[in-house]
Amino acid sequence: MARDRSATISCTHCDLPVPKGLVREDTEEQFCCGACDLAYRTIHASGLDKYYELARAMRGDTERPAAGTGKAYGELDDPVFEELYVQQEPDGTCQTELVVDGMHCAACVWLLERAPSVVDGLVDARVNYGRSRLALRWDPEATQLSAIARSVDSLGYALRPARGSSGRESKRREHRRMLIRVGVAGALAGNVMLASVSLYAGAFSGMEAEFEAMFRWLSMGLALLSLFWPGSVFLQGAMTALRLRVPHTDVPVALGLMIGAAAGLYHTILGHGDIYADSLAMLIFLLLVGRWVQMVQQNSASNAVELFSGITPSTAQLLRDGELVDVPVEALRIGDIVEVGVGAVVPADGAVTSGRSSINASLLTGESRPESVGEGDELDAGVLNLTSPLRMMVSRTGAETRIGRLLEMLERASETRAPFVRLADRIAGRFVIVVLILATLTLLGWLLIEPSKAIDATTALLIVTCPCALALATPLCVAAAIGSASKRGMFIKGGDTLEALARTQKIVLDKTGTITEGDSRVVHWEGDADVKRLAAAVEQNHEHPVARAILETSAGPPVAHDVEASPGKGVRGRVDGQSIIVGSARYVLEEIEVGDPPDWVSASIAEALEQALTPVLVAVNGAVRAVAHVGDAIRPEAPAVIERLHRHGRSVMLLSGDRQEIADAVSRAVGIDDARGEATPEDKAAIIDAMQRDTHVAMVGDGVNDALALGKATVGVAVHGGAEASLAAADVFLSRPGLLPLEHLVEGARRTFRGIRITLGFSLLYNVTCGSVAIAGLMSPLLAAVLMPCSSITVILLARFLRTFDGPEG
Amino acid sequence: MAVVFIAVPVTLLLAAGFVIAFVLCARRGQFDDLETPAVRMLFDDDEPPRTTGEQ
Repeated sequence: MARDRSATISCTHCDLPVPKGLVREDTEEQFCCGACDLAYRTIHASGLDKYYELARAMRGDTERPAAGTGKAYGELDDPVFEELYVQQEPDGTCQTELVVDGMHCAACVWLLERAPSVVDGLVDARVNYGRSRLALRWDPEATQLSAIARSVDSLGYALRPARGSSGRESKRREHRRMLIRVGVAGALAGNVMLASVSLYAGAFSGMEAEFEAMFRWLSMGLALLSLFWPGSVFLQGAMTALRLRVPHTDVPVALGLMIGAAAGLYHTILGHGDIYADSLAMLIFLLLVGRWVQMVQQNSASNAVELFSGITPSTAQLLRDGELVDVPVEALRIGDIVEVGVGAVVPADGAVTSGRSSINASLLTGESRPESVGEGDELDAGVLNLTSPLRMMVSRTGAETRIGRLLEMLERASETRAPFVRLADRIAGRFVIVVLILATLTLLGWLLIEPSKAIDATTALLIVTCPCALALATPLCVAAAIGSASKRGMFIKGGDTLEALARTQKIVLDKTGTITEGDSRVVHWEGDADVKRLAAAVEQNHEHPVARAILETSAGPPVAHDVEASPGKGVRGRVDGQSIIVGSARYVLEEIEVGDPPDWVSASIAEALEQALTPVLVAVNGAVRAVAHVGDAIRPEAPAVIERLHRHGRSVMLLSGDRQEIADAVSRAVGIDDARGEATPEDKAAIIDAMQRDTHVAMVGDGVNDALALGKATVGVAVHGGAEASLAAADVFLSRPGLLPLEHLVEGARRTFRGIRITLGFSLLYNVTCGSVAIAGLMSPLLAAVLMPCSSITVILLARFLRTFDGPEG
Repeated sequence: MAVVFIAVPVTLLLAAGFVIAFVLCARRGQFDDLETPAVRMLFDDDEPPRTTGEQ
């Protein structure tokens, strides 16, 4: 079994990291505990090794196995953190909720909930598996939160603060209220149906008048209870829509319900005629189920986005009295000195006070090449520190930083976004007006011709044209589609988004991380493959992105001696007595004292530059032996996906913060005609805004630099590995890497809405036919009440078998 | 058949009882998390092994 041994060694059975003391030198299989060892041997002995393949395939390559970070978690004891996130309980204990990374099975839940038996002072630990949350209750006299966090971390689960917990409480309460409504409406509908069965049976086989009266009053009473308790959401929704003068499906629904109830009550008092109680109660129940399904889908989508956030740092290393302490970023003040470690994200804006390093600002600017910084240089929050630790003095924090201001603009942008009118709402608005006019005409007409038929014909018309398909089918189709999408790693925030996606004509793609992989690697190697390990040998202890890219090409390179690095140019050293030089073309040619390189080398250099890649030369014993093309590789599927998008009549544009020639080279390689480079975040938003005037635009990106544009676009799509800000701004989040999910998303949305249109067309046809019959006075209200649910069932069946999203599930 | 006049209210009272029970359960958050309890029932209720901190 091929195992990645470069980083921490992980357990062959459960993929948790193996504690150092348990690592065995002599074997390939490694175990984190005796139980895993035993389990593995049992599975292996039974010939069931396929389990491991499946387990790995299910987790996917993107999910790392659980691994502790070994962090000190000092920031969790900071008074600022306590004030923001910790609640004091009346019995003197403290309570907080943390996000757990790397929880993926029942065993994890078990282990985490047993934490109180391991950590003294921890009273209670409860896991919410679906949301990856750990609720902790502890005794502040006996222990500190950081100590608890360190123990949990040592079990293999990294923890981080859960941000934005206030919004969740209200969401949870709304969820409970909706569930109660569905339950109550279901119970009432069931009981009304029971009473109705007696009434229908009585109508055929005869029933004494007093029983009939009792069952009629009973049904009507329960139906009215259903209308005014769980059904009140529709009445309130309709009132709001009328006050704001916007068409909404609640209006026709509420109107239908009110008219049905009024006619039913009238007939109940009269003692004969149809009372519609069963239709009313059933309708309310079904509509509420539709709403509830929609709500659960939306919640699960936003939960998923919450889980993937947390890329920007929540903690910083502050220099206090000559010592480094972990503090939450909220505690940073202007003038503080902060240390930024290698691979850490700069927590606030400020200037470097000591150290030299290179930084990657691609999250902020989209520029993929690292920049080198030294004393006095300005750093923006959100920038990644690549090569060596830096100390900086904080000049702006939180909302004042560049990234903070971007986020603020973003919030304002999403408030001013052009409202998107849904298909269902547009149709419903016209539909209800038409039905009302027809009903009035029918009533007047029949009053003139034959007054005794007027009430029956009008009621039949109103019932048979009840906009069930509009109010129920569309939400059900949309909810089913969103659910199917989320199983495939596409998280869509709502029905509006799905519909907007279906109607999108123009797709704007960011470059770094979207069309390209977002990481430097050796894209092409020209020359001897043997030279790879020699080049890797001299690059071994260097953190430069080029060095790391070359190092990745060969496993276990030999040891190099006399290694000497010239910053910004290259490296030289000796391996097995051979002199090796790796570096930029100019540096290597100068070092080996060759004026003109051989033709194949010049050709290769030109080819690399053509594709916006960096040529790196490798010379062995004074002769160039290989040229490596290093850069941000274009995703292999990109040209095919873009071609297919074009074929479906969508125009694709590339919009990047990177240099224009790189943007041009990439767009040529993938077949995009329209490329715009050197766009600042503000430029991107302005370009999107300008395009929005003519058409619906979908913006796809991953960085903070895209966030503003994502918020402006009709639909913002954040791709795998995106920054937190882009997740917050986006309407759709793709959790799987690559461009294929984007194609599945766009096509799935289009198919869903084609299906919805068919459904709506069917129900419109049905309504026109039955409506005409009703206007002609040929339909009794009872027949109308029987036909109405028939149309609903057909529509629901159509929605059920609608083909929506492609792509692997799980 | 006059027993119906007693039987129907009794059934309604029963139904109301169940509705009230459901509403109370929902309000107390019993339906908030439908995933964790499903895996939690897999655990045995044995005294968890105390690996450290033996007093």
